[in-house]
Amino acid sequence: MAVSDLANPSRFLTLVERVLPWLVVATAGAFLLGLYQALLVAPDDYQQGATVKIMFIHVPNAWLAMFCWVVMTVAALGTLVWRHPLADVAAKAAAPLGTAFTFLCLLTGSLWGRPMWGAYWVWDGRLTSVLVLFLMYLGVLALWHTVEDPSRAARAAAILTLVGAINLPIIKFSVDWWQTLHQPASVLRLGGPTIDPSILIPLLIMAAAFTLLFVTLHLAAMRNEILRRRVRTLRLMQAQAGA
Amino acid sequence: MQLGPYAGFIIAAYAAALVVVAALIGWIIADHRAQRRTLRDLEKRGIMRRSQQETA
Repeated sequence: MAVSDLANPSRFLTLVERVLPWLVVATAGAFLLGLYQALLVAPDDYQQGATVKIMFIHVPNAWLAMFCWVVMTVAALGTLVWRHPLADVAAKAAAPLGTAFTFLCLLTGSLWGRPMWGAYWVWDGRLTSVLVLFLMYLGVLALWHTVEDPSRAARAAAILTLVGAINLPIIKFSVDWWQTLHQPASVLRLGGPTIDPSILIPLLIMAAAFTLLFVTLHLAAMRNEILRRRVRTLRLMQAQAGA
Repeated sequence: MQLGPYAGFIIAAYAAALVVVAALIGWIIADHRAQRRTLRDLEKRGIMRRSQQETA
């Protein structure tokens, strides 16, 4: 199957049905290994103690919160520039996943912040910019649900997504640009990670597990969206036949 | 596994992740079943896409 064939929703559905079972197994395996490493192998941090275990779910969710928006941004370009038939399907399917990952990032960060900083929330650059990302996700979801025509909703959501992409570098560099309680980058940085391998390796495995989870759920949600559009088309045909 | 004095925060974080991920999976499975069921019902009533009508 050529890559261009994936533009055909029927062929895409066939591919998804073939790939999904393997992705489910890979995701479950990655989570088993990651949780074993995170909860039973990784040592406590010398300053933070056992609360460092929250990092193994907080950081992957933070990465995915931003990654989902990157996926939606590429899909938005696909909708507005190339008019790829699956672009708005991909964008719509990614939005609720990104919302959930951003919510988990904020919640687990808050639960980590209380014992370490003494506060569930502070209005600093990193936390506030991630909250803005969460609100942008809610805005995109609202657009998808309020505009009935999928192609009109796709264009409106694509424009909002492209505008929201400005927030991604703000989130990334907020810890460098402003005074913040949040720690600076410690994995993806020039000069390499500052985390000890005994904690870094479980973190990377958990990040891989969450990424596999996103890919699995995204493909499954795209499949659902294609089916939903078929239902819509058939109902329109039914209505026209009855008219 | 010793979680120390902040065990409640750690357990709450993992429990929240479990609940949210389980809810996402459950929603996607339920949505898939609902769309398939609706498509089957429509096709039973003879309402099919053009490509299906050609092969039928």
